Amino acid sequence: MNMKNKSLISINDFNKEELLQILDLATYFEQNPHQKILEGYVVATLFFEPSTRTRLSFESAVNRLGGRVIGFTDAAVSSTSKGESLADTIRTVSNYADLIVMRHPIEGSARWASEVASVPIINAGDGSNQHPTQCLLDLFTIRQTQGTLDHLDIAFVGDLKYGRTVHSNVIALSNFQTTFHLVSPEELKLPSAVKMHIKSNNLKYYQYTQLEEVIPKVDIIYMTRIQRERFADPIEYERVKNSYTLTKKMLEGSKENLKILHPLPRVNEISIDVDADPRAYYFKQALNGVYVRQALIASILGLA
Amino acid sequence: MKSETRKELIVSAIQNGTVIDHIPSYAVIQVMRILNLINTDLQVLFGMNLDSKKYGKKGIIKVRDKFFDDIEINKIALAAPHATLIEIRDFEIISKKQAEIPDFVEGIVKCFNPKCITNHEQVRTRFKVVDKEDLRLLCHYCEKITKNENIEFI
Ligand SMILES: [Zn+2]
Repeated sequence: MNMKNKSLISINDFNKEELLQILDLATYFEQNPHQKILEGYVVATLFFEPSTRTRLSFESAVNRLGGRVIGFTDAAVSSTSKGESLADTIRTVSNYADLIVMRHPIEGSARWASEVASVPIINAGDGSNQHPTQCLLDLFTIRQTQGTLDHLDIAFVGDLKYGRTVHSNVIALSNFQTTFHLVSPEELKLPSAVKMHIKSNNLKYYQYTQLEEVIPKVDIIYMTRIQRERFADPIEYERVKNSYTLTKKMLEGSKENLKILHPLPRVNEISIDVDADPRAYYFKQALNGVYVRQALIASILGLA
Repeated sequence: MKSETRKELIVSAIQNGTVIDHIPSYAVIQVMRILNLINTDLQVLFGMNLDSKKYGKKGIIKVRDKFFDDIEINKIALAAPHATLIEIRDFEIISKKQAEIPDFVEGIVKCFNPKCITNHEQVRTRFKVVDKEDLRLLCHYCEKITKNENIEFI
């Protein structure tokens, strides 16, 4: 696939071959992270809502390739706060940058921006809809730890109902014969539309409410945060929160190749005694985000 | 024959043009909106709560000297799934067409997701019809489904 001048909006725009092609290019940047191929290029990072982690990852990717970054980190300082439409902001910034990375709380905003911009857009999160670079870095990390994406047993743990990352990952992994192990409280189960997607690919999924029983079965545990605001009853939240905390002790009896991932920031889903364990992989996962973003920026600008 | 005559009194016959029949009465105005018949110079006659053998009550629209293309016809299928379009020339029926649910719907339905960009900025809505039986529309922007029971026309 030629990504030159194309926007990256949704993981659903990619088939299996295209996903693998991006991951291969990211592997190349993992081996050669410092290259000055972006000399003279300007990338705008427009964060209409703050997300320091994602923004730093993108800016690191641009800087390591020798490019320059302009932008803002929060809508309060942009002209949006004066009532300017997103379309007008995007058209204006198109004049100043070769590529726009944007994060916006409104769903579908990135697709809309890509239709009015004269330069390509990378979606760095549009509300609860899509965050394709997160999904790609997760796939990259899973492949890096297991040597393959095919035929893995993968557990997703926590808020599977509202977790955009989980939905995108499940949909993307359905290309690779994954068996899904879904661990969540009753009220935060994976939506039936996403389960339908698994079924329509003739794949299996198993649902659990207890974290312990899934640990010996899987190659990857993907932990996610459970947010207090998802619960009407605060007591219920406290109960659930504690039963989905992964501790080092729980990892006894796991497969040798097990790796633990988390999109970060972590709150208390993973006990800090896990951090030093060789199965903990979430900080390396964050580093991989830089390689994946380097690969995407370089191919969209036609430099790789 | 007698009931035919009575019907003609309510909605008179046209020499040339299109009769849109079998519209649910409540959808008549909607269909007129979709076909841009509200602010038009065309002669438009319409009726509601007319007797129908098939549906009990029905709505009907007659437009003088106007013929619709398939794209326009299919747009009204969302509001009136059983609508029949009858083309008339010199008081003779020359064709009957059934409205069919189209593959894509643009600019006529609202996205049900309040957090969708189409509900925040001036963006023309665009949907892919992912289920024609049970009418489910996938938003091109927010990627959420608007179901049959939630369809609201712009
Ligand atoms: Zn929408």
